[in-house]
Amino acid sequence: MGADLSTTWLGLKLEHPIFPGASPLVDDLDMVRRLEDAGASCITMHSLFEEQLVAEQMAAHRHLDAWTELNAEAQGWFPATADFALGPDTYLEQIRKIREAVRIPVVGSLNGTTPGGWLEYAKLIEQAGAHALELNLYALPSDPQQAAQAIEQEQLLILRKVKAAAKIPVGVKLSPFYSSLPHFARSLEAEGVSGLVLFNRLYQPDIDPESLALSRVLHLSDPSELLLRLRWLAILSARLKVPLACSGGVHETEHALKALMAGASGVQLVSELLKNGPRRITLIRDGLRMWLDEHEYDSVHQLVGSMNLERSPDPSGYERANYVKLLQGYHR
Amino acid sequence: MSSRYVTVDGNEAAASVAHRLSEVIAIYPITPASPMGELSDEWSANGKANLWGQVPRIIEMQSEAGAAGAVHGALQAGALTTTFTSSQGLLLMLPDMLKVAGELTPFCMHVAARSIATHALSIFGDHSDVMMARPTGFAMLCSSSVQEAQDLAAVSHTATLKARVPFLHFFDGFRTSHEVSRIEALGDEALRALIGDEDIAAFRDRKLTPDAPVIRGTAQNPDVFFQAREACNSFYDAIPGHVQAAMERFAKLTGRAYRLFDYVGDPNAERVVVLMGSGAEAVRETVAHLNAAGEKVGAVIVRLFRPFDPQAFSGAVPSSAKALAVLDRTKEPGAPGEPLYQDVVTAFAELGRPLRVVGGRYGLSSKEFTPAMVKAVFDELKKDQPKNHFTIGINDDVTRRSLAWDEAFELEPKDVTRAVMYGLGSDGTVSSNKQTIKIIGQEAERCAQGYFVYDSKKSGAITISHLRFGPRPIHSTYLVRSASIVACHYAPLLERHDVLESAAPGASFLLNTHHAPDKAFDYLPREVQQQVLDKRLRFFVIDGFKVAREAGLERYISTVMQVCFFKLSGVLPMEEALEHIRHGVEKAYGKRGSEVVKRNFAAIDAALANLHEAKVPSKLNGALPRPPVVPKEAPDFVQRVTATMMAGKGDLLPVSAFPVDGTWPTGTTQWEKRAIALEIPKWDSAICIQCNKCALICPHAAIRTQLVDPKSLGEAPKSFVTMDFKAKDFGASPSGAPWKYSLQVAPDDCTGCGLCVNVCPARDKVNPRHKAIDMSAIEPLRDAERTNWKFFSGLPYVERTAVAADLKASQFLEPLFEFSGACSGCGETPYIKLVSQLFGDRMLVANATGCTSIYGGNLPTTPWTKNRDGRGPAWANSLFEDNAEFGLGMRLAVEAQEQLAQSLLKQLGSSVGDALVKALLEASQGDEAGIAAQRDRVVELKKKLVGTAGPDAKKLLQLADALVKKSVWIIGGDGWAYDIGYGGLDHVMATGANVNILVLDTEVYSNTGGQASKATPIGAAAKFAAAGKAIGKKDLGLLAMSYGNVYVASVAMGAKDAQTLKALREAESYPGPSLIIAYSHCIAHGYDMERGCEQQKLAVDSGVWPMYRFDPRRIATGEAPLQLDAPPPKTKARDYMKNEGRFRMVGLRDPKRYEELVAAQEEFAARRRAVYEQLAAVHVTREKKEA
Repeated sequence: MGADLSTTWLGLKLEHPIFPGASPLVDDLDMVRRLEDAGASCITMHSLFEEQLVAEQMAAHRHLDAWTELNAEAQGWFPATADFALGPDTYLEQIRKIREAVRIPVVGSLNGTTPGGWLEYAKLIEQAGAHALELNLYALPSDPQQAAQAIEQEQLLILRKVKAAAKIPVGVKLSPFYSSLPHFARSLEAEGVSGLVLFNRLYQPDIDPESLALSRVLHLSDPSELLLRLRWLAILSARLKVPLACSGGVHETEHALKALMAGASGVQLVSELLKNGPRRITLIRDGLRMWLDEHEYDSVHQLVGSMNLERSPDPSGYERANYVKLLQGYHR
Repeated sequence: MSSRYVTVDGNEAAASVAHRLSEVIAIYPITPASPMGELSDEWSANGKANLWGQVPRIIEMQSEAGAAGAVHGALQAGALTTTFTSSQGLLLMLPDMLKVAGELTPFCMHVAARSIATHALSIFGDHSDVMMARPTGFAMLCSSSVQEAQDLAAVSHTATLKARVPFLHFFDGFRTSHEVSRIEALGDEALRALIGDEDIAAFRDRKLTPDAPVIRGTAQNPDVFFQAREACNSFYDAIPGHVQAAMERFAKLTGRAYRLFDYVGDPNAERVVVLMGSGAEAVRETVAHLNAAGEKVGAVIVRLFRPFDPQAFSGAVPSSAKALAVLDRTKEPGAPGEPLYQDVVTAFAELGRPLRVVGGRYGLSSKEFTPAMVKAVFDELKKDQPKNHFTIGINDDVTRRSLAWDEAFELEPKDVTRAVMYGLGSDGTVSSNKQTIKIIGQEAERCAQGYFVYDSKKSGAITISHLRFGPRPIHSTYLVRSASIVACHYAPLLERHDVLESAAPGASFLLNTHHAPDKAFDYLPREVQQQVLDKRLRFFVIDGFKVAREAGLERYISTVMQVCFFKLSGVLPMEEALEHIRHGVEKAYGKRGSEVVKRNFAAIDAALANLHEAKVPSKLNGALPRPPVVPKEAPDFVQRVTATMMAGKGDLLPVSAFPVDGTWPTGTTQWEKRAIALEIPKWDSAICIQCNKCALICPHAAIRTQLVDPKSLGEAPKSFVTMDFKAKDFGASPSGAPWKYSLQVAPDDCTGCGLCVNVCPARDKVNPRHKAIDMSAIEPLRDAERTNWKFFSGLPYVERTAVAADLKASQFLEPLFEFSGACSGCGETPYIKLVSQLFGDRMLVANATGCTSIYGGNLPTTPWTKNRDGRGPAWANSLFEDNAEFGLGMRLAVEAQEQLAQSLLKQLGSSVGDALVKALLEASQGDEAGIAAQRDRVVELKKKLVGTAGPDAKKLLQLADALVKKSVWIIGGDGWAYDIGYGGLDHVMATGANVNILVLDTEVYSNTGGQASKATPIGAAAKFAAAGKAIGKKDLGLLAMSYGNVYVASVAMGAKDAQTLKALREAESYPGPSLIIAYSHCIAHGYDMERGCEQQKLAVDSGVWPMYRFDPRRIATGEAPLQLDAPPPKTKARDYMKNEGRFRMVGLRDPKRYEELVAAQEEFAARRRAVYEQLAAVHVTREKKEA
């Protein structure tokens, strides 16, 4: 009999901890089915972006509505658009379709930066059939007037409002950039968050020296990004009770294994799936099972957090000394 | 039957009936009828069915001729069919109409009646188009109001089925087609009860079918044609009866009664006016007023104009009548009288009823027709010898045919609220006023009317909204002249327009201004202050732009100003009004999502708090008067005529002010300083690399560069900036000193589009956000730049002969197309301007109707101009459909005169001198130096000819200029080149004539409002392709290449400007037909025009827009004629498409379809590229001649 791979994520009992993270893969219903067939234990929707919805609506208003009734010959330049949706309808419809298409749980995702009326979308996502919700707290402070504490307070408020709007479990996807991530994570826990995803990969513009322009290229993740996640999984899993998931840098079975050992209850794949297809879920899951069997583990539970700050044989390695020691080792 | 009120315009009223009663609708866009087709398309796209549960099939054709052909076929094969058109479109339908009538086919078409182009084009309303359809055999029924446009549409459809004779139902363009009014809607049950099922069955029985074959459309010989033609008579005799019967059935169903000729007024009237169309409403009002004052007057309103029923007409004229004035809204020069007048005279003559009848013309091209004018006509009828063939509404001081009228006479009732609002086209004023009318008319069960006047500029256009609200149906079919509310939504308009002219004493004046309530009065021009004081106006202010901006609505102030209107008018309780406004916002923008609604709600909430009554002092405060409309150095004609039109007072100009043949001076936009930019480019010479790209791309020639002789800088204003010219190619300046370089913006002509800044490649190394030009708030710059511009425009241009062929040098040539009314950021005008720079001084332009002819030729001012030698493009617009042929004709004339001149020259050789003759005949005019040399020779020739006796010398003197090479340009948009004018274009190319055809391809009918053309690319949403076009763009270039002798280029200035320049020069030098297809970004693409060049580049980089030159001259040298000027695609079509609203809206509506269309576009582009690559490798091996 093989090891028990089951895990719990956002209050959902999953067959195993390997599943796709938020990505455009969910836009294609066939792809969603292929993910399920490949063994994904749940589906994570890409984010419904507050910023995008607002920008899209205002752009349509500016470029379509505003160009009407200004000329005797042309009352407007576009066909009447009675039925084109710039709200969350398409997104919600896709959740419904995915629910119908697959049996595995579906996690909605919501992204916003201000505690506004858009938080009502959480309720709509729930009504559309999502089993849980991942809240993407994306903040890119560029205003020196804005204090860290104020940002954190606002984000806690967002979580509170979302939780008030929806009854399904709500997780939070975090960026790594907090002065005291454990403190903030604990605050989120106190607000009743059902899980934390480490980490959001923020869009990073590049510079084109020739054109003196910023270039917008989407960089897929690579394994070097895993280390940052391992450290914080190890620290937070030791200090908090809330379940964690790893997002970013997992491309092989071994990466998943490390993430679980560091404290993740779930492991999200995106770049690997975009590059090499849904079958990678099958391979990593089977690899995980094989490793557990080979090493005579009974379950994933034994694995989760086994190498965290509290339980790893040399916990100080996760703290500052890590860098120093590495250098000393190099010199030696 | 329950009545239901709707607030609609005349087009919608008529189309709602036509759509419900049709199975096939074939159309072609034309102002002002386009909305009927568009609405039908929208309804069908949304699955709205006709009366029998079937969704009508809408088909957009390549022209009205095409639409009429499709209509004819659909009718023959048994489908209930309709179409909508106007003006020139109707003319194109005439041949088919004669067939449809000759075959006794039930059919009803709806026409928004519009002027026919004669001495000028006009998009506005009169009956000159429908009068051309009189001999077609169509019955003609006329509606006078929005209500009637619906009702008589239904009567027409009913009667045609019964009578078998086709019907042309018409109403006045704009005045009725575009007037928004509250009407009683016609329900489906009433329509169903009207239309006879048995008549439809009979129609179907006559259809063409192989199951019961017949033949129609035979050719007949002298033996039978005549008799067969007379065989239809009884059907025509029966029409009046069928129409009257349909009207009576309609009255039973709806309570609204009509007669063939409706009489209004005193039953014992002695003086009677006869007319049809919207003017009848003004007559009706005036008659009621005069009757109340005891005058025995009345009016006959003509409904069924054809066939004209003399008995019914005479029956409608009271027996007491002594004198009639028959008013025609058309002009037929040379006729004994206009059509309706002739009908009336004939009717009375045949019936032997002796009445004095005079005829008059009124209202041409939507000229105002007011109760005062109606009264003048009635007054004229009092005279013993009333003037016949008079005009009313103008001052004919030449042939003295006009009647005078009393401007002070008006009939506006006290219980009608009237408002006039001045706005800018882009601020949403008209949209929100339409909303307001709907709120008041629909929700509050009151009668409402709105009519909207637009100027003809496409950027910074002014809109004037005329609104009336009252307890009874409103019949006032003329502009509001005394308003209780006058609003000016853009304060600078006060400098240019007499906004308060229409303010009634004691009215409220609302101004959108950033000045505080206690200061605002001080900033009004003196004339406005005076009016406020004289008329004792209450003055209110709001900083609408600030309120809108703070609510996140940029400059869209519509809801803000709407709230203010309701507050000031008190037409509804404020809370109720706000609720309606919010509801209206939700209805209009809810589909865009909550954000737009949220921001509008915020603006609504903030509006009331920011509306203040401004302080009005008891006397003038010494403010400056308005600046003169044009400066005093403007030419006399501009001072007298153009300036009056610019000030909005063109109605006051008498006949004598005008050219008799439609010939106007060019170069008048320079006198119309519109000052519409909020930001203008600011030059930093320290960074500038003198590439001249900004000047090249400027759609309005409002940023220019020039080489300056330092000697001429002596009188330069202090603020005038120059820098050392960096290149060596121009040698030294005339004074011998090295050239200086200047870059100058015309601050009052710039529209602030930002294209120049966007293309500027020169960035500050330390702060790359800062470029050699940056957009900068105009206020601090305006005065200095005005002075600088004045100085700059006085500087001499460098000699054309010194200008090299490269792109940078091209911008030192004087643009002879400037300051047009094109949209801010227009993608077409940079090409036209460049052509004018390169060839303008010897160029004739044939211009197709469309955007190019409107911004190129719509008065009051026009952009084609001349250089200091007095030379410049000579421009003419013929029609939409014939432009290639029109240009070919010009070419033939040029050649005929050139040949005649050459032959005369040869004959006069001895007196002119053989050397000069030889030089003139053999001159190479391949470049500017050659042209200049030839011009010098012509001057010499003329000198000699002046002293030479004989008729030939005189003839040659007149024709000598024909010896200088002329350049004929045929310019138009894709609607012309791909669709309506393609047949002619194709033929002209096939003639091998030396013409240059420039197609400004916006891939959509831009001028008439975004209808799909055959140039519309896969995936773009356009009217009649709302779901995104699925068929690939027609490859016009490839079709032209197939001839082998046509120079063809596909260019995109924003992607590769040097290739555009090269193509233009090659095309012009090619001694045969040349076709240049120019990618032109357009507001109909749905994104910021500032980014037009970036999109052009993406279009080329993704392969969506091909860039090539096909030069037949290369065949002779054994090269492949086709050269591809763009490398294989570097990026995906998706990257291009995602940035434009026209593609994006398809994705938002139907993501799956969008993905399919993106893939289809990529495949299409790849396939086209593969074909071109093969063509580019085709070398024709020539057999070597034996030595």
